[in-house]
Amino acid sequence: MSQVTIVDYGVGNVRSIINALEKVGATSVVVSNDKETILNSDGVVLPGVGAFSHGMAKLKENGLDAVIKDYAGMNKPLLGICLGMQMLFSESEEFGLTLGLDLIEGKIQKLKTLNPGYEKLPHVSWNEIAQPDAQAWDNTILDGLNDKANMYFVHTFAASPLHEEHILSTTEYSDYVFCSTVKKGNIYGCQFHPEKSAVEGLSIMKNFVKICEESKNGK
Amino acid sequence: MKKIRIISRIDVKNDFVIKGIHLEGLRKVGKPNDMAVKYYESGIDEIIFMDAVAAYYDRNSLSHIIEDACKDVFVPITVGGGIRTIEDIQNALNAGADKVAINTQAIRDPEFITTASKVFGSQCIVISIDAKKTATGGWEVYYDNGREPTGMDVIEWAKKAESLGAGEVLLTSIDAEGTKKGFDLALNDAVTKVLSIPVISSGGAGNAEHISELLQKSDADAVALASVLHYDLLNVGEVKADLESKNIKVRV
Repeated sequence: MSQVTIVDYGVGNVRSIINALEKVGATSVVVSNDKETILNSDGVVLPGVGAFSHGMAKLKENGLDAVIKDYAGMNKPLLGICLGMQMLFSESEEFGLTLGLDLIEGKIQKLKTLNPGYEKLPHVSWNEIAQPDAQAWDNTILDGLNDKANMYFVHTFAASPLHEEHILSTTEYSDYVFCSTVKKGNIYGCQFHPEKSAVEGLSIMKNFVKICEESKNGK
Repeated sequence: MKKIRIISRIDVKNDFVIKGIHLEGLRKVGKPNDMAVKYYESGIDEIIFMDAVAAYYDRNSLSHIIEDACKDVFVPITVGGGIRTIEDIQNALNAGADKVAINTQAIRDPEFITTASKVFGSQCIVISIDAKKTATGGWEVYYDNGREPTGMDVIEWAKKAESLGAGEVLLTSIDAEGTKKGFDLALNDAVTKVLSIPVISSGGAGNAEHISELLQKSDADAVALASVLHYDLLNVGEVKADLESKNIKVRV
């Protein structure tokens, strides 16, 4: 039985993430800001909504930035959702430059709206995630999903990974293409909310739980 | 290209889903969770729960309903009615909601919109505007479930709400609400034209044509449906199939 810990730093709707993990069969889900609990987990979810600088400040307040980096250093599965994904990156341009966890090289930039008919921000919508090439999703959190599966997005900023190989899916809004899922080893991030993306979203949570289980069993 | 969100609006009073006409004459139509699960399973994109009597008591009593709904419903959930304080918002989010719809408190204290969006992010703050036609061809903002006039112009108030930090506007036409005779197209066009944040149009849908007409004649981002779903006049799949056949994009 693997233990999945949701990092508790006072930002974001963790109730829905707990419910989604339990719905897909996770048997031990905890919400914690305790260093040992996080480090000893088989999987960690970093949630978050709102401003990047606020999120980073809250993580640092509890020394959780270092804890998450130590955890990721053990190559155990980590899933950042929305702001939680953005904070995995080197830095963000939101409200001036703010440094992130720097687990994945790249920066967070404001979405560009290039199509005059679709200029609204934040990007609040169901939207499609596209596979960069066939088989890219095999054995990842997106395993088994159809190319162009619909996910729920609510954001104004998005990630630009420095290395293209870290882009697991892309999404297009107002003719601007951004990275909607990132993967670097066992570190994953989703700009959308899998816990709010109906059946397809739940299958991502299920894949993540499976990856945690396999990682625990040393596969 | 954006996908239009099809949202079910569930008004709740004393643990029952209720539905009225022009926000009045409320009838019980079912249990909140039964209806939420049914709509989720048939492909709804979002759910809005509104505490229909919260305004009288200055409190929102939907926490237990949200907590239950979130165990089975994995699409975004908005809670409205009686949201007055930062603590009310925190409670709604802790129960599992993603957004809150604020009406009366935003009118009483517009700065609350700014405070709330700074704490929780603007994506979390939906400003609910109840609009009623005026004799002079405009629309006036009402509050307390459409009972009290404010003297404020809807267009001006919507622009102000956006500038203060609102992330979305839930626009309800009191005139059209519950009538099943179609949306107030002029109202929706006028408001969506001046805003750059998403608008959820509510009030009046009685058939699929009403919905496609709204989306062709205004820049609405989402539609909130109540009667038409509650009374089984249409199901979510039929709504989406009709929109798709008219080249309006939806999640299928």
